Amino acid sequence: MAQAVGKRVLPGFGLSVGYTLVYLSLIVLIPLSAVFISAASMQWNEFWQVVSSPQVVSSYRVSFLTSLLAALINSLFGLLIAWSLVRYNFFGKRLVDALIDLPFALPTAVAGITLSALYAKNGWIGSLFAPFGIKIAFTPLGILIALIFIGLPFVVRTIQPVLQELSLEFEEAAATLGATRWQAFSRVVLPALLPAMLTGFALAFARAVGEYGSVIFIAGNVPMVSEITPLLIITRLEQFDVAGATAIATVMLVVSFSLLLIINGLQHWAGSRKRYLTGGDFA
Amino acid sequence: MSIQVKNINKRFSTFQALDDISLDFPTGKLVALLGPSGCGKTTLLRIIAGLETADSGQILLEGVDTSNLHVRERQIGFMFQHYALFQHMTVFENVAFGLRVKPKNERPAEVAIHQRVTELLELVQLGSLAKRYPSQLSGGQRQRIALARALAVNPRVLLLDEPFGALDAKVRKELRRWLRQLHDELHITSIFVTHDQEEALEVADEIVLMNKGKVEQIGSPLEVFRHPATPFAFNFLGTANRFEGKWVSDGVQVSNELLPLPPTQSAHANLVVGGEVIAFARPHDLQIETNVEASQGVRAKISRILAFGPTARVELSHATQAETYYEVDVPTLIVASLNLQEGQAVRLRPSQLQVFSAG
Repeated sequence: MAQAVGKRVLPGFGLSVGYTLVYLSLIVLIPLSAVFISAASMQWNEFWQVVSSPQVVSSYRVSFLTSLLAALINSLFGLLIAWSLVRYNFFGKRLVDALIDLPFALPTAVAGITLSALYAKNGWIGSLFAPFGIKIAFTPLGILIALIFIGLPFVVRTIQPVLQELSLEFEEAAATLGATRWQAFSRVVLPALLPAMLTGFALAFARAVGEYGSVIFIAGNVPMVSEITPLLIITRLEQFDVAGATAIATVMLVVSFSLLLIINGLQHWAGSRKRYLTGGDFA
Repeated sequence: MSIQVKNINKRFSTFQALDDISLDFPTGKLVALLGPSGCGKTTLLRIIAGLETADSGQILLEGVDTSNLHVRERQIGFMFQHYALFQHMTVFENVAFGLRVKPKNERPAEVAIHQRVTELLELVQLGSLAKRYPSQLSGGQRQRIALARALAVNPRVLLLDEPFGALDAKVRKELRRWLRQLHDELHITSIFVTHDQEEALEVADEIVLMNKGKVEQIGSPLEVFRHPATPFAFNFLGTANRFEGKWVSDGVQVSNELLPLPPTQSAHANLVVGGEVIAFARPHDLQIETNVEASQGVRAKISRILAFGPTARVELSHATQAETYYEVDVPTLIVASLNLQEGQAVRLRPSQLQVFSAG
C-alpha cells in the first residue's frame, strides 16, 4: 500500500486523511480522553465504589433500557412513517414531512416541559390514562416517551432516501414470482432497507442515551426508579465532585461505544452484500 | 397458452395510453410488440401481467378472464427492463425465489429446489455463477439470470419488457440469437416489447406494430417489412424516402416532376387520380439516373457518397428544395461505373414504390 500512495488516481489522500484525523482528535478524541484522564485520578476501589453504587447501577438500567426500547419503537414506526411519506400521496404530505424534523429544532427543555404537562395526571393525555391507574409522567414510561420523541427524525430521515431509491420493480418482480405482499416486503424490501434501519436505530439510540434536557422534566427523577445516568453526572458536578462525575461518564462512554460498535458490525454485515455494488461491478 | 386481449382501454389522466386494443396471441409463438416510446406497448404488457389495470376491457388467458386474478395468481413470467434482480440474494437465491415463496403445501423440498435451480442455471449457461451476487454480473449475465428466475415457476406465458434495452450493441446481438434459440427449445408463448424494428424483425414470429395507443399492423416480420400497411408502418420499419404529390395514372406527380410507378407494380385500387398521396421508397429501392434530361424521375443533387462496404450509401437533396433529403443504397461498383461525384445533379427513379393516399 505504501508504494501505491504516490500513484493514487484520486489526489489529496494525505491532506484529507490527515485533516480528518486532526479534526477528529480535536473535536472528539481529546475531550473524551479528558474524561478518562480525569477519572484516572481516582483510586481503583474509589472508582468502583462510585460506579457500582446501587443508585448509579439502577440509573444505567433506566438509561440504557429506555434508550434501547425507544430506538426499537422508533425503528418500527419510523419505517412506517417513511413508507407512507415515500409510497403514498396524500393531502398535507409536505406539512407532515416538515413536522418530522421538529424534534430536531425544538430546544429539548421545551419538549420536556410540554411533554410532562401533557402526560401529567391532569394533562390532556395523562388524564386519559389516569383512570386506569397508568401513570406516564414522572415514571420510566415518561422517559420512554421523551426519548421516542427526540429520536424519531433520525430513523425517518435515514430510511426515507433509501426507500425512495428502491424501485417498485422489485416488489412487482416478487409478485410475478408468486410472492404475497408480506413475502415481498419481508424478503425483498426489508433486507434492502435493513442497513438504513440499523443506522437510524444507532443514531436514535445514541441520541437517547445522551439526552438530558427533555428527560429530566418528565422523568420525575425518583432515585432507583426514574433517574437517568446523565442526571446523576450533573448532580455530582453540582456538588463539585468532578472525579465522581467523570467516573460515571467513563462507564457510560464505554458501554455506549461498545453498543455502537456492535450496531456498526451488524450494519456492515447487512450492507456487505450491497457493498459489491461498489467493489465488483464490471457490467 | 393463448392470450386474448379484448377492447382494452387505458388512460393516464389526459393521455390515452391504449385505445380499444384487441389482439390474439397464438400459443407457442414469440410475438414482438413494436412501437416508438409512448405508444402504449409497455402499458399493454403490464396490463396482461396484471401489474396495471385497464380502465375497461378484458385479458383472457387460455380463454379464461383474468380480471379478478392477482399478478401472483396469473402464473406469468415477467422480465423487467432492468431485470429487477434482488441485490441482496445470490444468483441461486434469486432463481429459487419463486419456488421458496410458494404456499407450504405446494413448495418443493429443498433437494427439488436445488435441482430445479441448477437445471435452470444450466439452461441459461450460467451454472458456475450460482454463488455470485447480481452486482457482480455483466449486463448480459443479469438478463439471463432474470430469465431463469422468471422460468423457475413454470410460467404459462413469458412477458419481456425491452429485454435487450439495457445492453450494449454487441451483447444485444448475441443475446437476440440466444433468446430465439431458447424459445425454439421451450415453445412457451412469449411477448416482448421493443422499440427497435431490427430486433423485432430478427427475433419475432409475429410483429404487432403499435402507434399512439392503437395497433397499426399485425403480421409476420416479412409481411410487415415488405408490405407496410400505413405510412407510419413504412417509416418506422426502416429508412424511408418520402415523396409527397398528386396521384396520376402512371405515378406520382411531385411538384413538376413525375415519379413513375415501376412497370412491375400495379397501382393500389383505392387511389384516385388527382388525389394527394404520400409515396415511400426504401434506400435500396431507388435508382440513380445520371441523365438529367430524362423525362421522368425526381431531380436531386448528390451531397455525399459513403462507399465503405460493398454497398455505398448516397445522400442527396432535392434539386430545388434543399431541405428535402434522400438516401439511396447502390452497389459500390455502380458508383464507380456511373462515375458518381459529390455535387452531381441526377434523377431518382423507384424500382419499388409504396403509395398511400394522404389524409
